[in-house]
Parts: sequence; structure tokens; C-alpha cells
Amino acid sequence: MAAKTLSGRAHRYGKNVDTDVIIPGKYCSIVDPVELGKHALEGLDPEFSSNVKPGDLIVAETNFGCGSSREVAPIAIKGAGVSGVIAKSFARIFYRNALNIGLPIFESAQAVDDIASGDEIEVEPSSGTIRNKTRGKEYQAAAFPPFMQSLIDAGGLQAYVEQRLAQRAAGAKT
Amino acid sequence: MGMTLTEKILARHAGADRVVPGEIINAKVDLVLANELSAAVAIAAFRNLKGAEKVFDHSKIALVEDHFVPANNAQSAKLAQLMKEFAAEQQIENFFDVGRGGIEHVVLPEEGLVAPGELIVGGDSHTCTYGAFGAFATGMGSTDVAAAFALGEVWLKVPASIKMVYDGKPGPMVYAKDIMLKTVGTLGIDGATYRAIEYHGSTVDELSITGRITMANMAIEAGAKNGIFHADEKTIAYVKERTDRPFIVERADSDAQYERVIEIDVAALEPQIAFPHLPDNVHPISDVKEDVPVDQVFIGSCTNGYIEDLRIVAQILDGKRIASSLRVIVNPGSQKVYMQAADEGILKTLVAAGCAVNTPGCGACFGGHMGTLGDGERCISTTNRNYVGRMGSPKAEIYLASPATCAASAIAGKITDPRTLTLVTA
Ligand code: SF4
Repeated sequence: MAAKTLSGRAHRYGKNVDTDVIIPGKYCSIVDPVELGKHALEGLDPEFSSNVKPGDLIVAETNFGCGSSREVAPIAIKGAGVSGVIAKSFARIFYRNALNIGLPIFESAQAVDDIASGDEIEVEPSSGTIRNKTRGKEYQAAAFPPFMQSLIDAGGLQAYVEQRLAQRAAGAKT
Repeated sequence: MGMTLTEKILARHAGADRVVPGEIINAKVDLVLANELSAAVAIAAFRNLKGAEKVFDHSKIALVEDHFVPANNAQSAKLAQLMKEFAAEQQIENFFDVGRGGIEHVVLPEEGLVAPGELIVGGDSHTCTYGAFGAFATGMGSTDVAAAFALGEVWLKVPASIKMVYDGKPGPMVYAKDIMLKTVGTLGIDGATYRAIEYHGSTVDELSITGRITMANMAIEAGAKNGIFHADEKTIAYVKERTDRPFIVERADSDAQYERVIEIDVAALEPQIAFPHLPDNVHPISDVKEDVPVDQVFIGSCTNGYIEDLRIVAQILDGKRIASSLRVIVNPGSQKVYMQAADEGILKTLVAAGCAVNTPGCGACFGGHMGTLGDGERCISTTNRNYVGRMGSPKAEIYLASPATCAASAIAGKITDPRTLTLVTA
């Protein structure tokens, strides 16, 4: 994954931000990420898509992304221009989906506790360092488990699957 | 040290003697499921995979149209078209168009596509439903589904298991839905995240297959990766009636390690209800002290859209009219359920009582189609989720309850304890 620094303002939410408020069912037949992004978080914060600026980050409490398996949830967030999500914890399927579609996510309870809406945030994806520039504080996000890190390093799930398919094709030939 | 039921199934599918919680494994899958929403994104991801032309096994994929059926606009029609074309191109025979299937999780067991000991992944969070049959089943997003289409394998982190033990005979008008609502309320909305729920106890041994389906279905509402029952004679009979495929019935070892053991005394339970806006906001129905009028009652979904559920509703509505202040929308879970309901005269009872009966599918559960709630409306529903905006307007309120509680409320026009109703009619 490209290690470009993520930088933008924080949009702060509570716990259990579920996939139905991230992108309601009626929009789930939309395919275009930018179009989906126009409805991101509509159920929770109708102003979100008009307020969000490219690079901004979503900051939330525990269990972010609970509910359905809809991959359009992280896609809508990314499509709205959000560069990453910092939460105290993520729901299981959302966590997997975010990594698979390349939406950077970070777990840090401390950082979340200290961030208010509108704070200027910077994150180094490669090291997991989170900086709150408004408050002059720095935090370390939890490291990804080794297997997840190797998936990310390989370039995501797609690259990993392609490697395995290539190995199988080579195996079949010999 | 022994293994839990989930660990045993995962170990076998990973080709390992044993696995331990936290370990990452590559496991072979027996079935990969997608609906038109998850399939559309998965098919695009599959087409992007270099080296993937054919799916790993066309007989081990199931594609079901259920979320927007019949299509409500050109956009959702397009998703259905994409899925149909992919099914034809890849010779996927288990493709269920509208009119041939119904809700994915109702259809797959009916068609014999789910058996004990199997490992099933699907592009839908309620894929965990198949744990009712002693299978390991979990929901994933579309990119993971595309990977499974191509490889026939998935990577999984082995979950620790929570043992839930249910004892006692349910009282009148207390059903599997009430027991599971109580479970979600007890565990909390993220209480089982990254965990397996293993259901035990004399109560669940007595439960019908449908009751177990209702309970496994809502494991995800506590954040669980999967929820699983041990297969017994009932399960084996159900599955053998529908498929000749061989399967392996696994059992948890007696010295398996559980992260927690939680006991629930079912005899002490009254009907349960989840208040807005979280499935774990669960209360006994006696907590409803004031009149809570409702605008819509919804009967259906992969939680409670089965023939047993419709029988309960029909029994309560038989010879009565629903309150004039509300509407009742019913979506049978599948074509087979629909047909059975027709045969048993249930549809007639429901229509005579004033219910609107829709074609099988997800319907109002998903808020996209066929019974979307308006601003300020209140609904009591047999479904599994009541998040803000789940069934339409973010200004609507959703209560979750059993088919009996929903039917009783339909007659009274307000949220009603079904036990009071039997007293009146008895
Ligand atoms: S009935 Fe509801 S919960 Fe079940 S698959 Fe359909 S939308 Fe999902």
C-alpha cells in the first residue's frame, strides 16, 4: 500500500456506526464510488457529504462498521474523499472489506478520545503514527497482525490471489 | 486439549490436525454464495483478477436474487442481469432468479446446498444462518467472495468460541426469536466480535430446524463470525431429504476450550423485544408500559420468513382483521414457503385479515423496496436489524420481535404482548 501521509480534518462520531447509516440499503445498487460517496453517512449526518473535503478522516468509537457485509460501505466512505478511518475498534467484516478495497483503517482508543470534530489530523500509514496537529499530540495505532501486514505488503488481496493462481498454474504445468 | 465444533471444521478444511484460536488458516470452501448486490461487485473484482477465467468449481457456487426483487429500477435490474450473465458464462446451475428462489438463506438449505461439517462463505452477513445445520458459515465482502470464486479457498482467523447454554421449557408465546433476542441483549452488539457462538442445552436440542435457523441467523447481531449448532437426527433427516451428498458430522470435544460459558434460563423468559435503534437494545415485553402505536408490521426475512412463522401469524390472525390504523406486509421467505402457505390456506387467512402479501424476497427488511418506511413511522418487524434507516427513513423507528408478538400487535394496532391475546381468545 502506498505510504503517502494522510492528512485532513476529523469528522467525529460515536460507537456502533453501522453499515445502514454509512450507506442505506436503497443506494446499494449504485456502483460508482463517487455517486455512493454523495450518500455516505447520510443516516447519521446528512451534512457529511457536503462538509467533507478530500483527505479528511472519520474518527469514531467502538465497533465501527457493524451490520451488513456490504462492501459499498467502505467504498462510499472512500468515494466521499475520506483518506482513512480511526476508531477504537472495527466490526469484523468491515475491517476485512476496508483492507480489501484499500481504505486505510487504524485502531487507537487514545487518539480517538483526544480528537474532536474539526481537528487537523495526520497519519503515516506505514508506521501507524497518528498526529493531532490541532492539539500537538502523537499516538501509535495498533499494528496489523503479521498475516494482514503481509497481505497489505503484497498489494492487497487481489495481488495475493493472483500470486496463488500463478503458483497453481505453474504447478499444473510441471 | 480438545477442539470446539468450529475449530474441528476449520481444521479439517485447512488440512490440519488441529487449529487454535487466533491462528490464520487457508481453508477450502464447500460453497460460495452471493446475492445480486454482493455478486455485482464480486464479479467485477473476479474479472480484474489476472489468471482467473473460470470459477474454481461451478457446482459449488450459489447466486440468488433477493434484495431488490422484482427489480425496482433500471439500476437494480442491471445488477440482476450481470449476475445472470455470469451464471450462464460460468455454468453455475445454482442460480435463482426471482420466482425460482427467494431469500438466499431460506433457499440454500431448502435446496440441499447446506450440510453438516461444511464450510460456507457468502457475500452477505447473515450467511452465518447455516450454522443451524452444524456447518461453519460466515459472511464476507465482495472482494473476498471474488477470491473464493477463483481459489475455492479463503483465509480465516480461527475464532475463539463462546458456549451458550439454554435450559428450560419456553413458556407460552416464547419462541426461538425471543431466546435469540435475549442472547443478543446479553452478549451486546459487539460482545461476540471475532468469536464463534456455540449453542448448547436441552432447550436447543428440542428446537425445530427453523428455530435453530432463527438463532444462528442473528449471531452476527452480536458481532459473531459464526454461530453453530450440533447436527442431530433432525438435522440429518432434513439434509438427507434434500441431497445425496456425503457429509461429516463433527462434535465439539468434551474438553474443548471456551472463552466464556453463558447460561440462559429459558423457562424464566417472557417474549422479548428490541427497541430502536440497536438489535441489542432488548427488553422483556412487560417493559412496554405505555401504548406504542405502530404504522407497519413486517413479517418475513431470513430470520422469520419460514412456514412455521407464517403458521403462527395465521393462527393469531385467523378470523380477525388487522387494526385499521396500520398495514401488515408479509414476504414469504421462498417460493417453496409461499407454495406451502398457499396449500395450507395461510395466504387466504392473511389476506382476509387485511395483510399485503408480497413476492418472496428480502422486501422491507432491507429498506430498499416493498414497504419502505416514511419519516416518523414506527414498525414492528420479525427481522434482525433495527439500525437507523434500516427500513427506509432515518426518522423511522423499528422494533424487533417474534412473529407472534408482531401478529398480536397487528390486531391491537400497538405493541402487544401475545400472551394477553391468547387469554382473551382462549
Ligand atoms: S432478509 Fe434481510 S437480513 Fe436477510 S438477507 Fe435479506 S436483507 Fe439481509
